[in-house]
Parts: sequence; C-alpha cells; structure tokens
Amino acid sequence: MKALVAVKRVVDYNVKVRVKADGTDVDVANVKMSMNPFDEIAVEEAVRLKEAGKVSEIVVVSMGVKQCEETLRTALAMGADRAILVETDAELQPLAVAKLLKAVADKEQPQLLIVGKQAIDDDANQTGQMAAALLGWGQGTFASKVDVAAETIDVTREVDGGLETIKLRLPAVVTTDLRLNEPRYVKLPNIMAAKKKPLDKTTPADLGVDVAPRLKTLKVAEPAKRSAGIKVANAAELVAKLKNDAKVL
Amino acid sequence: MIYQAPAKEIRFALNELAELPAVCSLPGYEDCSVELVDAILEEGAKFAEGVLAPINKQGDKGAKWSPDFTVTAAEGFKEAWQQYVEAGWVGLRAPAEFGGQGLPALVALAAEEMWCSANLAFSLAPMLTLGAIEAINHHASDELKAIYLPRMSTGEWTGTMNLTEPQAGSDLAQVRSKAIPVGDGSYQISGQKIFITWGEHDMADNIVHLVLARLPDAPAGVKGISLFIVPKFMVNADGSLGARNDVRCVSLEHKLGIHGSPTAVMSFGDEGGAIGYLVGEANKGLGYMFTMMNHARLGVGIEGMAVSERAYQKAVEYARDRVQSRAVGSPDPAGVAIIQHPDVRRMLMTMRAQIEAQRALAFYAAAALDRAARHPVASEAARNQALVNFLIPIVKGWNTEQANEITSLGMQIHGGMGYIEETGVAQYCRDARITAIYEGTTGIQALDLIGRKTASENGATARWLLEEVRSTVAKLAAAGFDSMAANLEAAAKDAERCVDFIVGTFASQPALAAAGSVPFLKLMGITLGGWMMGRAALIAKAQQGDEGADADFLAAKQITARFYAEHLLPQTGGLAAAIVSGADSVLALDAALF
Repeated sequence: MKALVAVKRVVDYNVKVRVKADGTDVDVANVKMSMNPFDEIAVEEAVRLKEAGKVSEIVVVSMGVKQCEETLRTALAMGADRAILVETDAELQPLAVAKLLKAVADKEQPQLLIVGKQAIDDDANQTGQMAAALLGWGQGTFASKVDVAAETIDVTREVDGGLETIKLRLPAVVTTDLRLNEPRYVKLPNIMAAKKKPLDKTTPADLGVDVAPRLKTLKVAEPAKRSAGIKVANAAELVAKLKNDAKVL
Repeated sequence: MIYQAPAKEIRFALNELAELPAVCSLPGYEDCSVELVDAILEEGAKFAEGVLAPINKQGDKGAKWSPDFTVTAAEGFKEAWQQYVEAGWVGLRAPAEFGGQGLPALVALAAEEMWCSANLAFSLAPMLTLGAIEAINHHASDELKAIYLPRMSTGEWTGTMNLTEPQAGSDLAQVRSKAIPVGDGSYQISGQKIFITWGEHDMADNIVHLVLARLPDAPAGVKGISLFIVPKFMVNADGSLGARNDVRCVSLEHKLGIHGSPTAVMSFGDEGGAIGYLVGEANKGLGYMFTMMNHARLGVGIEGMAVSERAYQKAVEYARDRVQSRAVGSPDPAGVAIIQHPDVRRMLMTMRAQIEAQRALAFYAAAALDRAARHPVASEAARNQALVNFLIPIVKGWNTEQANEITSLGMQIHGGMGYIEETGVAQYCRDARITAIYEGTTGIQALDLIGRKTASENGATARWLLEEVRSTVAKLAAAGFDSMAANLEAAAKDAERCVDFIVGTFASQPALAAAGSVPFLKLMGITLGGWMMGRAALIAKAQQGDEGADADFLAAKQITARFYAEHLLPQTGGLAAAIVSGADSVLALDAALF
C-alpha cells in the first residue's frame, strides 16, 4: 500500500512572528522555518505504518518555494522513500493545495493520503477536507489513532464530545491531530541517506492546476495589547464595574 | 525555552569564517555539503534542546555510587544516552570503516557545541568515547580495532582515559601503574587511577578503559609508559560479553561542578590483575595520547565557549524580564527591564562579543585541523598543522579562562537571584570551572604555547597570523571601521612585541618568558578573537546589500565587532606591558615569604 503525505514549510513554532510594517502579511524574511508540526505527525504515522508492514512506500509532497526541498529532506530523513516538490512562488491557499494534491494523487494512486489537520501559520484546517472532496474519497479528520486493514481504515477522531471511531473504505484521506503520535528524533545515518533519496520536481502548470488565490487578504495586524488592570476595593465595586463599565452583567 | 541552539551564529561562523565549503572540498569529504551540514545541525539542535538540555539541572544532583562498586547515572541520563546512541550521534566523528560517518572535525565540533551547551556533564561521555576511539583507531592492531571499534562507534560501549594517578597529574612521567605480561599476549594491569571521567556507569553494556601503565622492564620517565585497553567486561571471540574484569570504581569524587559526569577513582588488579591488551608498541603510550591531544583540547575549548553561550542566553532572558529601577537619566520613575540599564548592557555585550569571537576562532582552528589531515598539497597540510598546533593552546586556554568570567557575568546580571541555586545560573559557573583545569591547565597550555609553539619555531606561525591580522586591519580601514582598524592594529603591535620577547628570552631566561606565559596566551586570544570579529564585520557589511539578507543579524554582527574592538582589544596593551616588563616581580618574592 502506498501512502502519500503532504508537508508544509512554515515558520518554526518557536518563532514569535512579527507583522510587516505595511500590514500586508506576517514577516517571514530570515526567520527559522520548519516542517508544520501536524505534518511531522503525518510523516511519523506513515513511517510507523511502514515499519508495521502496513504501508510499502511513502511518498512525501510539498508545494511552494524552492526551500521546501529542505522540509522534504527532513521527511526523507524521518523515513519517507521519495519526495515530490511542486515548485511555485505563488501564494498557495487551501483550495489550490487541495487541487495540487488531487493531481499528484491521480498520478501516484496512493491508498492513503495523510496530511496535518492544519498548518500552524494560517490555521486554515481545510486542505485535507477539500482534497477528500475533490478526490471523492472518504475522510477521517483529527485522527488520534488509525488502524489500517486491507481495504478499510479505522480512524479514531478527536471530536468535541470525546472520541469517535469511524471506518473508511480505502483510498481515504486522514488528517492528523496532536495526540496521534510523537515524532521521532531523526537519526544521523538517515540524514546522510536522505540526501541520496529521489526528489522530483514539478510545477502547478505541469500538473494543469490553476493556483490563483481566491481569497484576498485585506489587512494583517498584531493582536491588541492587553491593557493594565485596575484594583477594586470590594465586591460591590467589582459588580458595579462589571455592570456599568464592562457591561457583562 | 531553556536552551536554543544559536543556529544563525553557528552557521555564520562555520560557513563564512571557517569556510566550510572549502573544507567539504577536501579529499574524502566529498559527501559533505553546506546543505547536509545544515540538516545535521538542525536535527542536532532538536536533540540538544529537546533531550539533553531538559535533564541538565537534574544531572546536577549527580550520579550515585554503591558499595558493590556500581554507579547509577544521574536521573534521565541512561535514557538520554540510549536515545543518543539510537540517533547515531556518536558516529558523527567516528571513522567510516567502523560504522561512523567520518565527517570533518569542523562539523563534529559544531554539533559538540550544542551538546556541551545543553548538558556539559552528559557531553563528556561521548567526548571521552570518541577520544578512545581515535586512540585505538590510530595505534591499536587491526585485531583490537575489529573487537572494540564497531560497538564504540555506535555508543553501545563507552570509552575512558585512565591517565592520572594521585602522584601523576600534569607530570605523567610519575605514572606507577604496572603491566605484567601473562604470556598469551595479554597483560595483567594493576594500580590506581583517579579523576576518570565516566569511569563507571550503567548507561552502556561495556566500558573500554584506555590505561597508561609501565612494563616490568620499562625505562623510567615518559619513555617507559605504555597504553593498554582494559575492558570492564571481557569480550569473547564471538563478540559477546564474558566475565567481569578485575577493575572497579572504588569511589566517586565530590566535585564543584559537572555533577552529572561521574568522576571515578579506578582500582585495577585488586584481585590479582585486570586483563589488558597493549595498544601499539611498548613504551610509546604517552606519545599515543598526545596524538589525540589536539582534538581533545579543541573540544575543551568548545566546552568553555558552549557553557558561556548557555549562561548568556539565560542572562538575556532574565535581563529582558526583570524590571528594576527607572531608566538612567529618565524623569519617569517607572521601573524598566534591566536590559535598559547601561551596565547590564555592557555585561551582556562583554559576554556576547567574546562568545562570538571564541566560536569563530575555535571553528577556524577546527577547519585547519581538517586541512592538516586532508589537504592534498603537502606544504598546505604542513602549514595548517603548524596553525593548529599554535591555535590549540590558545583556544583551549582562552575560551576556558573567559568561560569563568563570562558565566560569572551571567550570575552578576541575575544579582542575588543568581547566587541562589534554584535559578540555575550557579550551575553554569560551577560546570565551567573545570574546563580551565582538565586536559591541561591554562598554565600548561601557556607553557606549550611559548615553548613548542612559539620559541621553538622562532615565532614563525605567530608572525604569519599577525600578518593575516594586518591584512584584515587594512580592509577594516578601507571599509570605514575606524575604531576596529586602529585597535586591532594596536593589538597586533602589542602581540608582535610579546612574540619578540618570548622568542628572545625563552632560551636564555626561560623563567622570565614563563612568568608571562598565561598573559601571553590571553593576549593572543584577545588579538586573534579581534581578528575574527573584524573578518566577521567585513563579511557582514558586504552581505548587507544581498537580496534577502538578514539585516538584523548582519547589523548586530557589526555592532558586536565594534564593541569587541573598543572594549576587549585595548586589554592587549596592559597585558603586553606585564609580559615584557613584569616578569621580575612575579619571581622576586622569596618562596619562603609567601
């Protein structure tokens, strides 16, 4: 069984991002970039499935600028077999990524498409669902446990009320939640070996996909700073403030 | 975050100042590339930050010795070692033919900086293991290599260096441990060794001790010392572990710092004799140890700088966070973060500037080590070897002496809170303290520097380096870095005056030269560090206009270099005066009057 895993290059989770002076976007120049942590979990799960003999080949795919190659090399070092970069400098929105994923899936014919449930930069949480719709496959989102059989997969999902387990027919899309697994530390020999694993490049045009953005960002701003609190003398004053100033009572 | 690998700084020092791309083009390193090294350091950073740094503080509680002569590593260390082994990090520097990656020393040392910053006590286990691997690989028979190296290169077995005895510290000629031939090619080893780092622990299946001892017919002094492999557990022909050898850890030392690293008193042959195997030829043991000395001393120089880096990060974090007193000269009585106070800035800059200079100089020396080993042109290899030989005592001595000052400044920035153990900065001071002592004290480094490395070659390498410094001075002047050019020029002059003094007095009045040897070592460290910072400023200025340039980083580099030039380089004048004119007063007071 072949697994296709999508990984996104995002600003590292340790970086405190800044908004560009003109308010058009977040400033990503010269900040540390890493693999989206949810996608790391997706790669890790695919590697575990391969180690368990459930998956025979892992293909990782990323879309975006040339430097996404580094992110793909990390996935190869974690244990993916080969990589595909859909190279473009264009801004990619979830629908475009989902269309690209469909195009790659049509070519690769995986039984399983695993993606992070969302990326930590735009927090869209849409790509996996859109890809499932475009492919006409079932989707198991927010997975905290997966159990792969020959023709089906059981996905335990983290939902508001607790855990829900669903059975999907393969091929299917799984989006990963935080508790699915804890990604491993990459082994040094695998970093060396990753350099020699195949990494193919293609473009949206080659795949026949129009990636033009459908949404327009009007403005990006920092969250408002918290203003200083005030001390109140007694409970009566507190209630009065809540009623008259805060207007929450 | 408790420790964050300074990725941009490491990358800049590696790629720009130590010229990693040129090192990667040396024969045998073709597989190495800047991209690969980036990937290695990124994963190494994750490991240092995620596994090693979090157990540093609990490691300070120390390893535990039991009366059955076993030692339990500090909490979490065994698991971390297992992860370290599984991730293959021991192999970074281990030879390729025994399962290692055989990467340049430069790359390995850059990774070692992160291990040392994250957890100095832990980092000593792989450091010692790699030293033992190097000694065995260079000098032992193929048979011994085949038995020991594969499993040491993975880290399944660790290694130790058993040199010191109670009466034989800096002077190893006094070694008394005995080796008696058994007749089957092996030897019975007996004697006591002290200060054995990671001499006993429960992290690995076996421990391979390298032991200096004397054969019955050995001549007295340094020419009668042989090197032996003494395994904790005997190794059977099929590679499985056999009986426990007659070597035991009779106690652990109570130290000031690096508590997570068990420092063992080892007793060999209490029950008749520990079985050992001769490495290389008889009576050449001390020479074999010296072949690893450069790498080991460079490694300790990295340790000093690495602990300083950790102390710096903690100090910056505290200085940003701690609000105390109004800003100097401000009418607003509201307190400000102490990073706003000029003297706190001065301390942070003093820490930062020296750390950057030391990293650059250590990496520069590591690149020379790689060139000396692999350069295809013999004269270039020889020139680089001379360069390594000259730089090693400086990197070792200067980085570690300053580590005491830098970690102490880190505590000063914390004020009273820093003196309280819970804050964690005291551990950095305590851990750093040993680095100026072991692997040859600063005094030993300085004697090596003035004698073998300076006087014996008439100051040739020193003068070659000072010429390089001068060519950087010219470039700094042309680029408009006026204070850097002027102060670096003045430092080079001071250095030259002292080189002349050392060369002129070493043969005729060695005590005078020796009296100023440590100041000379510091002077050379400050000057060459200033040279590195000057080079860094020039590169940063040149890169400023590049597309996608990291403007903040490049600007900070130039400001830090200017601070270094204006605050640290002027010290050379005082040191030079002491070296050239102050030797007599060092020696004038009669020993009885102390």
